[in-house]
Order: sequence, then C-alpha cells, then structure tokens
Amino acid sequence: MATPLLSVRDLIVEFPTRRGTLRALDRVSFDIAEGEVLGMVGESGAGKSLTGAAIIGLLEPPGRIASGEIWLRGERIDNLPREKMRRIRGRRIGMVFQDPLTSLNPLYTVAEQLIETIRTHMDVSEKEARKRAVALLDRVGIPAAARRIDDYPHHFSGGMRQRVVIALALAAEPELVIADEPTTALDVSVQAQIIDVLKEICAERGASVLLITHDMGVIAETADRVAVLYAGRLAEIGPVRDVIQNAEHPYTAGLMGSIPTLTQTAERLTQIPGAMPRLNAIPQGCAFNPRCPKVFDRCYRDQPNLIARADGRQVSCWLYDAQVKEVSHG
Amino acid sequence: MTAFILRRLAQSVIVMLTVALVAFALFRFVGDPIASMVGQETTLAERAEIRAALGLDDPFLVQFWNFIARAVTGDFGISYRLQQPVMELILSRLPATLELALVSGILAFVFGVGFGVYTALRRGGWASSTIMTVSLIGVSLPTFLIGVLLIWVFAVELQWLPSFGRGETVYVGDWWRTGLLTESGRASLILPAITLGLYQMTLIMRLVRAEMLEVLRTDYIKFARARGLSNRAVNFGHALKNTLVPVITITGLQMGSIIAFSIITETVFQWPGVGALFINSVRFVDVPVMAAYLMLIALVFVVINLIVDLLYYAVDPRLRVDRANARH
Ligand SMILES: Nc1ncnc2c1ncn2[C@@H]1O[C@H](COP(=O)(O)OP(=O)(O)OP(=O)(O)O)[C@@H](O)[C@H]1O
Ligand code: SF4
Ligand SMILES: [Mg+2]
Repeated sequence: MATPLLSVRDLIVEFPTRRGTLRALDRVSFDIAEGEVLGMVGESGAGKSLTGAAIIGLLEPPGRIASGEIWLRGERIDNLPREKMRRIRGRRIGMVFQDPLTSLNPLYTVAEQLIETIRTHMDVSEKEARKRAVALLDRVGIPAAARRIDDYPHHFSGGMRQRVVIALALAAEPELVIADEPTTALDVSVQAQIIDVLKEICAERGASVLLITHDMGVIAETADRVAVLYAGRLAEIGPVRDVIQNAEHPYTAGLMGSIPTLTQTAERLTQIPGAMPRLNAIPQGCAFNPRCPKVFDRCYRDQPNLIARADGRQVSCWLYDAQVKEVSHG
Repeated sequence: MTAFILRRLAQSVIVMLTVALVAFALFRFVGDPIASMVGQETTLAERAEIRAALGLDDPFLVQFWNFIARAVTGDFGISYRLQQPVMELILSRLPATLELALVSGILAFVFGVGFGVYTALRRGGWASSTIMTVSLIGVSLPTFLIGVLLIWVFAVELQWLPSFGRGETVYVGDWWRTGLLTESGRASLILPAITLGLYQMTLIMRLVRAEMLEVLRTDYIKFARARGLSNRAVNFGHALKNTLVPVITITGLQMGSIIAFSIITETVFQWPGVGALFINSVRFVDVPVMAAYLMLIALVFVVINLIVDLLYYAVDPRLRVDRANARH
C-alpha cells in the first residue's frame, strides 16, 4: 500500500492542570490517503478540534502532544522546529475554521489577506499574487471577484465569507485541508453549497480533507471514510457506507440510530442516554462502559484498542476481540 | 462621512458652549470683578458707573453673548493680577506647556505600546513581570511624588539634570519660544516629561497588554497562524493593528488629560507654562485668566476628540458607513 498522505500514530494530547493531567486525546491513530476525504464525528468535547490543532501544530498551551507521531507524506511533522512547522502550515496543510464571521481580520481587505498568504509561501510578485487571488475567489464562487476582492470582510455575507476563508486556506495549494465544522455557523440554506465548493476544489487539486462535523448527513455525502471519536478515543473507523449502515461499535450504532437511510441527510447525532464523561472522570476500561448496552466485565477492566476488521474497518470494542488482531501500537 | 463630521462638530459646539457658561459663571459668582479692579477709596457711585460701563448690569443672556463673542475673537479681557491681555499671557505660556505635553505624550505612547506589546507576547517572563510590577508603582504613586523623587535622584544626588525651569529658550516664528533647540532646554524637559508621561505610559501599557492578549485569542489570529504567516506578521501586522484601534482613542484622549494634568508637573518643576499660570491665577482669584484657561482646556479636549474620531474612522473600515451593508 502506498504511504498515506497523513498518518497519525498513537497520538496523546494532554493538559497539565493543578489537579493532575487531563488526557484529551488517547492513542488516536488514523491515516488519510491521497485525495481522500476522512470525516470525523463525535459529541462536543470529544477532541475533534484538538486532533486538527495537533496535526497543524497549533495546540494552545498548556495543551501538548505527550506522545505519538504525526507523519505527512512520510515525513514526521509533530517534532519539527517551530519555523519549519510554520512553513508547512498554509503551504502543505490548510485549515478552515468554524466561524467565518470571526476568521477574517476585519482591518484588512480580502485582497490584502489573500496576497499576504500567497506571498508568504510562494515566490511571486505582488501582481502575480493578486491575479492568483482573483482566480481563487472566482473559483470559490464569489461573483465579480475582481471587484469584490478589494472589499473588507464585513462587506460580505456569512456564506461568502466562508468562501473567502476557503480561498485563504487553499491559497498556497496545500495537500491536506482540515475543515473544522466549516458550516456549523452558517445559515442552513448555504451549508450544502459551502461543502460542495470545498469538496470540489479539493478533488480537482487532489488535496485530502479531514472534515470535522456534527452532521452525519454531510459525512454521508462527502466523506470516503469516517472516524468516530468518543472521549478522546477513536471508537471506530471505516468506509462511510459500512459504518452508517452497519456500525460495529455500540456507540456508533447508537449514533446511527437517527439515520435510517442515507437519503435522510440533515439529521444530527442523536443523544444516547447518559453523557460523555468529562476528561477528569473517564472511567477505567472502556470509556463508553457507563452508557453501553452491551457492556460486560472485561469492559470495566481493560481499555480496548483499535481492532482491525474486514474491509479496512477498525473498531475499538472488546466485543470484537474474538478474532484478536490488534493494530496500531506495538 | 460629511454627516458624521457635521454631527461631531455640532456636539463640539455644544460642549464648548457649556464650558463657556461655566467660565462665564466664574465672573459672576467668584469674587467681585469691580473690587479687583478699583482701589479702596472708590465710591459706591463710581463703582456703579464702572459696572454699567463694563456691561455688568445688562441682562444675563446679553452678557453671556458678549462674553462668547469676545471669547471667539480671543478676547478674555485683562488679567486682574498682571494687567496684561489674558490672551497674550496665555499665548506666551502656551508653547512651554505644549512642548512638555507633546514630548510626554510621545514618550507615553511609544513606551506604553512597546512595553504593552512586549509584556503581552512574553507573558510570564521575568522581564515582563518586572515591567508589570514597576508599572503598578507608576499608577499608584501621585504625580508630584514622582516628580519630587526624580528631582531628588537625578537633580540633587546625581546632578545630571536641572530640577526646575525651562533652560534656555529661543524664538521660532514670532511668538513661539522653544526649549527643544537648545541643550539646556532639552535637558530641562526630561524630568518633567517623564513625570507627566509616566502615569499615561502605564495606562497605555496596561491597555495595550490587555487588548493584545484579547486579540491574540481571536479566531482571525488563529487563522493567520494556520495560514503559516510568520510570527512577525501575525503579532505586528495582524494583532498589533487590531490592538491599536482602541488604543488610539484612549491615547488621544489622554493627550487632553496630559495638558490638563500638566498643572501639577509645572508646579513641581516651576515650568513656565499655562498650568503654572492657572495655579497662580487661582491663588489671586484672577478670574479672566481662570476662565480663559478653562475654555482653552475644553477646546483642547474637543479638538483632540474630533481628531481621534477621524483617526478611528480612518483605521477601522467597519466604521466607514458608505457601503456598510453586507452585499451578497
Ligand atoms: N485548555 C484546556 N484545558 C483543559 N482541557 C481542555 C482545554 N482545551 C480543551 N480542553 C478539553 O479538550 C477536550 C476536547 O476539546 P475539542 O475542542 O477538541 O472538542 P470538539 O470535539 O472539537 O468539540 P466541539 O464539537 O464542541 O467543537 C474537551 O473536553 C475540552 O474540555
Ligand atoms: S468495550 Fe465494552 S463497553 Fe466498550 S463499547 Fe465495547 S462492549 Fe461497550
Ligand atoms: Mg471543535
């Protein structure tokens, strides 16, 4: 198998606090192949944004990568010197944030922000950068891009601003785009358009996408595979169709209860009885054990690891331990 | 834009009229202007005559109107104490105060912004902690005490700098006497400028620091970092510019306070400016000078306010209302 574009191995992210260390991500491992769209779902606080921040090297102190490795096309990037990592940001990994209303600096025109980004990473003249910027805006669907480019962010509507944000994230043609809930803050009517633009442009450039969202409908339509995160641990990863139609992990199965068919897209994750534990109260053994309908004694004792299943699926649940074949660590 | 300026101008006029009323009230209610002008032996009849001649028997509104009409032309009458036109007195003292205020203001702004940015970016470092602690002292010590301390250390003990006066001054133009062009003038300016600017400097520094920390947490800074912009571009191009929007307002307004508070510094350093003139006029109930000073300070505040608003408008595109509504 070819080297994946991105490979995250046993990633542990911790927050040292006065009352002990909080482990916000615990041995998270996944790959993203060239050109693949990996969806990532999970309840609020599951650690989705942290995963994105860790990959792009922007964890906010005191948060830190306690152990694990992150590889970008065969090059390890989690321990790079700051300046080297900075050059990867924007150039090789682009990021789209949740709220387009606050993602753009209000004091600079769209042109200024685009040109600055392009010229940070590419050795082109101001004029050439501007030409590229206009083309980009045009590509993300801003009408009259050549004229609108000199407007300030507040002249644009929310949906248009998110298009600008996408243009900015893609300005230096990154290989991987991390989109952290790119439509959550938007009007429902424009959400689908934004996802489409993002998906199309990434596809035509061959860029891979880590698409973080609450919206299973978006995952179903957009992603190739989906990773389900629970309390900082991966519950399950697999091709979207398989996971949605035939979830193996009891948590995922509960989530999918709300989406009987693939056509019913706008559904959000349902509430499973109980709540995800807080970081300082994650139970011993399987983190899902207080809520799991299929819990048994071993679940209280040992923490399950990702177990490889058929067709490239992986699930972290003791129910599947019969065919023991652990992946990821060793 | 024009509507905005007109509205601000109208507000300024209202403020000035209000202050003029206060200044005018000084004449009516503080002391008896006739008593300050005439000798002991003047008879009551003579006093009444003078009153009438001065228009002091006219109806209130007429008197107020005359006061304003004269004030607009710069005529505030004759100083009771010095027997000179008040405007002449003030103009001769104004350069000293303006030079002191300007230098203090620049010092306060440059060091305030510099230290503020430094302590925000190097939060937790020992240098930042030291600056923050020292600045606390700067805020809590009264101005005159700082002045006296500086005089004691640098003028009395070390004998590096003069402790009072303006040093040698030279004329630039017809009436502006500057101390900035002579060695002793500049040396004399240092201690008063520090004394006057220290409080504003710490204020600006704390404001910049708080504002900068706030801005550094915003999404657009995170996004700027995620685009791989250099630290320099993020901290100074993006964060500092956004920090300066509110800082410009406060600093501008502080310039007014600097001029107003120069009274204390001018007294401590015997600086021959309008502040010292005002203190002396209060001591001698020299109402015309007091009134003119009040109006002058109000004018300074109003003009500064206007300039700050315009600057604010220039820096922050969101305030430019021409095409404010989001277009699709
Ligand atoms: N500075 C911090 N100190 C301690 N814990 C933190 C800190 N920042 C984040 N966390 C914890 O890390 C966990 C993961 O947060 P993260 O933002 O990744 O969640 P998320 O899955 O993106 O949720 P959402 O859907 O709400 O965006 C949360 O439980 C949060 O409480
Ligand atoms: S390991 Fe046990 S508790 Fe956890 S999901 Fe599987 S069955 Fe449920
Ligand atoms: Mg999040």
